[in-house]
Amino acid sequence: MPVGLFITCVNDLMYPRTGRAVVSILERLGVEVDFPLAQTCCGQMHTNSGYAGHRLTAHFGDVFGSYEAVVAPSGSCVAHLRSHYAHVYELSEFLVDVLGVDDVGGVFPHRVTYHPTCHGLRMLGLGDKPLRLLRNVKGIELVPLRGATECCGFGGTFALKNSEVSTAMLADKCAAVLATEAEYVAAADNSCLTHIGGGLSRIGGPRAIHYAEILAGA
Amino acid sequence: MGFAKEARVKLRDTQLRANLHKATHTIRDKRARVVAEVPDWEELREAGRAIKAETMARLPELLEKFEAAATRAGAQVHWARDAAEACSIVAGLIDSDEVVKVKSMATQEIGLNEALEAQGIRAIETDLAELIVQLAGDKPSHILVPAIHYNRGQIRDLFNDSIASGLSDEPAELAGAARTHLRQQFLSTRVGISGANFAIAETGTLVVVESEGNGRMCLTLPDTLISIVGIEKLLPRFSDLGVFLRLLPRSSTGERMNPYTSMWTGVTPGDGPQTVHVVLVDNGRTNVLRDPVGRQALHCIRCSACLNVCPVYERVGGHAYEHTYPGPIGAILAPQLTGKHTSLPFASTLCGACYEVCPVKINIPEVLVHLRQPAILERPAMNTLAGVMARPRLYAASLRFARRMASLIKLRRMPWPLSKWTVSRDLPRPERETFRDWWTRTR
Ligand code: SF4
Repeated sequence: MPVGLFITCVNDLMYPRTGRAVVSILERLGVEVDFPLAQTCCGQMHTNSGYAGHRLTAHFGDVFGSYEAVVAPSGSCVAHLRSHYAHVYELSEFLVDVLGVDDVGGVFPHRVTYHPTCHGLRMLGLGDKPLRLLRNVKGIELVPLRGATECCGFGGTFALKNSEVSTAMLADKCAAVLATEAEYVAAADNSCLTHIGGGLSRIGGPRAIHYAEILAGA
Repeated sequence: MGFAKEARVKLRDTQLRANLHKATHTIRDKRARVVAEVPDWEELREAGRAIKAETMARLPELLEKFEAAATRAGAQVHWARDAAEACSIVAGLIDSDEVVKVKSMATQEIGLNEALEAQGIRAIETDLAELIVQLAGDKPSHILVPAIHYNRGQIRDLFNDSIASGLSDEPAELAGAARTHLRQQFLSTRVGISGANFAIAETGTLVVVESEGNGRMCLTLPDTLISIVGIEKLLPRFSDLGVFLRLLPRSSTGERMNPYTSMWTGVTPGDGPQTVHVVLVDNGRTNVLRDPVGRQALHCIRCSACLNVCPVYERVGGHAYEHTYPGPIGAILAPQLTGKHTSLPFASTLCGACYEVCPVKINIPEVLVHLRQPAILERPAMNTLAGVMARPRLYAASLRFARRMASLIKLRRMPWPLSKWTVSRDLPRPERETFRDWWTRTR
């Protein structure tokens, strides 16, 4: 049975390359991937902002209920879905826990630092799974990030509602990333990466990249 | 004023930010070290959570039990519905123009010092940090360290201007000056005022946990002791204390054990205060108790660990919250207690650092999200969005439309509300086709 790919709304619109990377990793490992076109959004953003997200979460169930496993490249969306649907996995969970793989055969000859995003780290408990996968990428030079577990300041609508506090947190995160002298900062969530990458781009810092794209690198 | 506006003001204070960063990181690291020493920490947290949940489920019964036991032991128990009632009860019990105070959040919450002052009674704070704040005519900005927003140099200047002269910024010297200043008050003041960390229903015992010993003085030297206790401070049994006395010091000061734990049960003839009053305060708590998700905020034991790890608190400090309880716990407690402060549940990225450290496992992010619901400001727009997103075809069409609109994106300057984004971050450029279009084209 194929696994269902839940791309997430942000990735569908803004980061299709992350989705293509997930497809290429999974197919390389011999996993059949299905992308049900009826999928929309998981409803997290709505719920977390105080609105009726449950309709979207229920719609997710209608679309993905029949799959044995669903994979999504977002720690945050999976953390939101997990309490409703146990068969949804963040990419690294699916690779490490379900497939039992921690080397997916990627090549990425660059200096990279990794930011563990809050929902992946604390709500989902990803631990070092993404890092274990990254460590086995050929040519990669992984460098630790100071204050790695501290929030980057994104927080969905927080970034707009409390823009100044968000910016202050971002400034500290960007400074920590700059100090690593890495070429890329990787994470498991493109929403946080939009924020971090947007801040880095403003100051001419390294590029933000979803870790799936590094794993897919060949 | 809402949180965002207050925060903006505080963010400009670079000295404040430096002080807060240093202080919160120091306590945060200390806590992490001593918590890591306890192999059954998670079991302890779970035990703490369970006892508090039981307490809330049995609160009316436990309160009556406490009243009966404390009364039997010679204490006089009073009940106050709100802050004003609590203050007037306390004022009516004082037959002196001065009182010494143990650091207490409850008295701050009800505005006791101000109320007493209006009656011509001077309340003398005896906790070092509270004293600093009081001498400065300022307000506390942290649950445990009310003067966390001051550094040593600022405290030296303050003391040299008020209670001493020629001091250096050596902590021991500063503490010595405060001790000399306070000692006379302890010996001469006849009425002491305290809060309580715990109130034991089974025995009628009150418990105060502290570091400096000033509390012990206030609790033992005066003739009259008046304790103001929020009704959620109860524990069912004396044996429950064992769990909390292990959880609290490591979580709050990062110490294995706090230096002073004082317990008293009513009056002990010939020893300590011979007149003992307990004022049980509701002040919004029964309202909080009614909400099955929100009520866990009442489990709080005021350790302040959530403040010390909060990235938002670290940047803006306690005053931006405009309530006695700042930081993550304030963001879920203040709006529930008062029905106001509705911007506070949004003052969080939901990063979950608070939940991770809370010794009684209050799921603060869950309550924050829960409390965001009544905010109906942008509801119509967001509900439309949810409506679109629940309909796949309409969703696909709007994605394509958004893709096309996105080509109009300016990386650096967008009109409001996106200007709130581009003030500090560039916008990403979307690719030529959405993922679903790529999938349909290539499969
Ligand atoms: S909410 Fe938890 S962590 Fe925060 S002060 Fe209360 S007990 Fe401590």
